[in-house]
Amino acid sequence: MRRVSGDDVDPGAAGPSRGFDALVEVRLRPGIADPEGATIERALPALGFTGITGVRAGKSFRFHLDAPDEETASAEAASVADRLLANPVIEECAVTVAPSPAGRARTPT
Amino acid sequence: MPPRIAVVVYPGTNCEHDVVRAMERLGASADLVWHGTSSLAGYDAAVLPGGFAHGDYLRPGALARFSPVTAAVAELAAAGGPVVGICNGFQVLTEAGLLPGALQKNRGLRFICETVDVEVSSGDSVLTAGIAPGTRLRIPINHFEGNYTCDHETLAGLRAEDRVIARYVDDVNGSTDRIAGICNPGRNVVGLMPHPERASDPLLGSEDGNALLGAFLGAATRVSGGSSPAGGPAR
Repeated sequence: MRRVSGDDVDPGAAGPSRGFDALVEVRLRPGIADPEGATIERALPALGFTGITGVRAGKSFRFHLDAPDEETASAEAASVADRLLANPVIEECAVTVAPSPAGRARTPT
Repeated sequence: MPPRIAVVVYPGTNCEHDVVRAMERLGASADLVWHGTSSLAGYDAAVLPGGFAHGDYLRPGALARFSPVTAAVAELAAAGGPVVGICNGFQVLTEAGLLPGALQKNRGLRFICETVDVEVSSGDSVLTAGIAPGTRLRIPINHFEGNYTCDHETLAGLRAEDRVIARYVDDVNGSTDRIAGICNPGRNVVGLMPHPERASDPLLGSEDGNALLGAFLGAATRVSGGSSPAGGPAR
């Protein structure tokens, strides 16, 4: 039986692999018509918001991954974004990776 | 022997029975093939019907690329077998990399369901063989993401190689160059947003889709080495 105390719960230092949180933001490429963003922009004046321009709609994805270091985690998250989450014909994406807060569960439940 | 057509069914596909019925009326033998199937051995051609494969989650067609049958469709295509993706099937073919470009949301953000005029712009593909360019067909469209887009180089290539096989007569959804359908360099893989199977019977208001489906069966028959099925194009 493994004894767990508050002191030794530190996924970041426990093994060769560490936990990272990734955020992938996918949006349409500049120049690709964004009817969703345009529709939202046209609706804003009805609520009294005037002077808001350049609304672009997109999607964001969050996931957790284990990797030896941040560089590897970033490369893997970028690969996930390029190969699945975004269609490079019409979309571009921004990938942000940061170490998970210590003590956070590695697998979301 | 009539050509054997695989009509691929992903979870969420919803036009498969219409396609089977239209194919059978033209003399083909058509089977529904579940997306978990990893081989299309024994089939002369494949149709990817319309619908919402995998719920259109992420993007239309994006997840269908991981279904085992999609690799089998790619194998059939690489061997020269006729493949047509209709509507959502077209989206699947672009996401799977079998056709260039992408289908984005219609300009105006409207789901469009209406019968439109489509003009055949190339008679050199498995879906349009024997049809004179300029021929106009009345065929329904039924899509939200039917606005074909690609980069300038791809568009220039499609035009130069005569690979735009059909265009909308009117600009219905914002499609680049009014593109309704394209084919691959081998001309055996075609994507088409309009639904020819919904214009395959007088009861449906138009039989114009039969010209396209008949041409497709003719191509499948040539691949199978058999004789042209009843109702197919006599070539």
